[in-house]
Amino acid sequence: MTRYLVRRAALLVGTLFLASIVLFVLLRLLPGDPANALLSVGATPDQVAAARHQIGTDRPLPAQFGHWLSQLATLHFGTSFVSSLPVGPEIVSRLAVTVPLTLAAFVLAVVVAVPVGFVAAHRSHTWYGGLVGVVSQLGIAVPAFWLGLLLVWLFALRLRVLPAGGFPPAGWSAFGDALTALVLPVVTVAVVMAASLIRYVRSATLDVLGSDHIRTARALGSSFVGAMWRHGVRNAAVPVVSVLGIELATTFLGAVVIESVFALPGLGSLLVRGIAQHDYPVIQGVLFVSTFAVLVVGFLADVAQRLIDPRLRGAVARR
Amino acid sequence: MKKQRIALLGAALATAVALAACGSAGGGAATAGASADPNAVVQVGSLYEPQNLDNTAGGGQGITEAFNGNVYEGLFRLTDDGKVEPLLAAAHTVSPDGLVYTFTLRDGVTFHSGKQLTSADVKYSIEKVLAPDSKSARKSSFPEIKQIATPDPKTVTITLATRSISFVYNLSYVWIVNDQAGNLQAKEDGTGPYKLDSWKRGSSLSLTKSPSYWGTPATNGGVVFHYFTDGSALDNALLTNAVDVVTSEQNPDALAQFTDNPAYKVNDGKSTTKLLLAFNDRVAPFNDVKVRKAVSAAIDDKKLLQSIWGDHGTLIGSMVPPSDPWHTDLTGVNAYNVDEARKLLADAGHAGGFSFTLDTPNYDPHPTVAAFVKSELAKVGITVNINVITPDQWYTKVYQNKDFTATLQEHVNDRDVVWYGDPSFYWGYDNPQVTDWIKQAEQASSEADQTELLKKADRQIAEDAASDWLYLYPQIVVASTKLSGYPVNGLNSQFFAYGISKG
Repeated sequence: MTRYLVRRAALLVGTLFLASIVLFVLLRLLPGDPANALLSVGATPDQVAAARHQIGTDRPLPAQFGHWLSQLATLHFGTSFVSSLPVGPEIVSRLAVTVPLTLAAFVLAVVVAVPVGFVAAHRSHTWYGGLVGVVSQLGIAVPAFWLGLLLVWLFALRLRVLPAGGFPPAGWSAFGDALTALVLPVVTVAVVMAASLIRYVRSATLDVLGSDHIRTARALGSSFVGAMWRHGVRNAAVPVVSVLGIELATTFLGAVVIESVFALPGLGSLLVRGIAQHDYPVIQGVLFVSTFAVLVVGFLADVAQRLIDPRLRGAVARR
Repeated sequence: MKKQRIALLGAALATAVALAACGSAGGGAATAGASADPNAVVQVGSLYEPQNLDNTAGGGQGITEAFNGNVYEGLFRLTDDGKVEPLLAAAHTVSPDGLVYTFTLRDGVTFHSGKQLTSADVKYSIEKVLAPDSKSARKSSFPEIKQIATPDPKTVTITLATRSISFVYNLSYVWIVNDQAGNLQAKEDGTGPYKLDSWKRGSSLSLTKSPSYWGTPATNGGVVFHYFTDGSALDNALLTNAVDVVTSEQNPDALAQFTDNPAYKVNDGKSTTKLLLAFNDRVAPFNDVKVRKAVSAAIDDKKLLQSIWGDHGTLIGSMVPPSDPWHTDLTGVNAYNVDEARKLLADAGHAGGFSFTLDTPNYDPHPTVAAFVKSELAKVGITVNINVITPDQWYTKVYQNKDFTATLQEHVNDRDVVWYGDPSFYWGYDNPQVTDWIKQAEQASSEADQTELLKKADRQIAEDAASDWLYLYPQIVVASTKLSGYPVNGLNSQFFAYGISKG
């Protein structure tokens, strides 16, 4: 296992490096000039040239890339073209919203989806089993922002129990306000996430329930719960864990729509603004951090799968 | 999803295209209620977050809104009703040839850092706007300055190369900053009634009262600007009392919920934002004045405005909004008349119509307007190909490279008819007579002469259909009725907060 961990970690670092090259090069292929974002109507060609020189986009690409890497090596993300402020602290302050939002929604979604998905599979022929199928299908079809608007209308505008949006200027030092600010966004993200998770849990459970080894275990005298616990959950969990990893990674940046609906200063809105303004250091910084997060989640999901399923460990040993 | 993205890009472009503005406010709105709380903090909702805190470093319209007059002050102030009045300049004189301006500074003014205001700060601040690396959009409006002298700490003498009647007006856009303050992109050191408390990027900016303010202190305890990327989220914040006032309502559909609600007041202020169908006057077919006139006459501006803004907004016949001193009602020139349009097209040799590409920014209201223009022009046989582009593409393709036939764009500033005197501007209108009038107006010796000349220029561009001016946006401030004393006109995007009372 240790050897596997070391190899997997090395793969993570290598992937991160390749990803940084790809995202650096792809960004430079975008049409448009970041100098434009700095200037307004009336700018002279001299002003444009000065702006390019100031942000360094007049230098050759390899030099720009080398500069960026050397900054990254010292954990600096560079300076925004547009605001001339360091990108690192900005990303950190956005993470203070995005990470709690993503994790809380994720936990809520798992807590709801796993039992519901299991029951839906186990009781798939009952009316409520069918209902879960329909409701989860609906949950997938509903756009997240629409659900967000609906929740705002109900809880903020009609019932007036929760804020319509925004995040307290004092951040997490105003703990109560920060917490209530995240309730509706968390629920919105969790509902959409849970809807698809339920379907994965349900189908994974159905596969397991119909499998020969459960039938055999039951025939050998195991109780249903015992058979499921010993032989079912582990098998059903493997595909679900990999889906969980993907869902978590998607939400990390995918929450941008929710951030906009709820006026939250999260990572996604920083990325969208960065793209609109061709603010390369901001885009690179956000994508680098999120790529890192996605790779770490993938790493954890892989490790979790190997812990759950000994057969996967064997596969590595044979290689 | 789509709507959010549009709002974001809209905000981004507004900062890119807006000639970063300054100055104004004060007057306007109603007087304070009897129960006003002098320590109440005013919560302001806005769609325009600053890029940074320096208006000469690309801070954009957001920083003008938050800081102009509130944190920083100029030698002069452009009030909310468009008048220029002295602020940090106690007095000024102009030499008979109009080239030498002598300003005497007000006594007892200190920066928030505690330093006394001196003439050196004024010199530094003006030079900061004119510096080679300055990104101030007002830079090009300034005349050539030969010399800035500071004979003593209270006096500044500026010598111009040519007469410039707008010089004092333009000075209202120059923030006077502490010459020792260094980089001001993430901090401030101004002389205004408020100082910066904190700026949470992506979220809010708070101002508190400056205890050492030289003038009348603010009538409230402080201001917090809350920034939104989504207009509906902003409206919801107003409906739930998370904000007290929205500086510029951009969501026509949302107005009904405030108009019918006694807890809110919808203020229709004076606007300077014009929506243009801008032709490239250099290239066929729009190098032909008849074709431009035909297109202008074929589009029913009134119907367009009504469909987008309902009863809000104003029709305009040229580039000059009613709040500019040289406004004339020119809505009758090239007015909506389909028969006339057909006749003009036939005269121009386009009886069978023609087709052209309309470069359309991808955010509201442009796509809707483009579709309307397309259907109107189809009636006279003109085919419009709508080409949707991003703000950044617009800037490169249309504004810089002038590689377009026609485009839609909003122009936000006041007194910007003068762009028609610059043949190298993106729309390429080149009438030597107009260029000359506009140049003469700038060098005029009196405001009456300036007004006279600009009126002539304005009429000529309308008759030449230099562009098609579709309508003037409404300037709508929606506020809780608990609030009074707020500016309603928002000239050039500023929002003077110091006179606001909250009951």
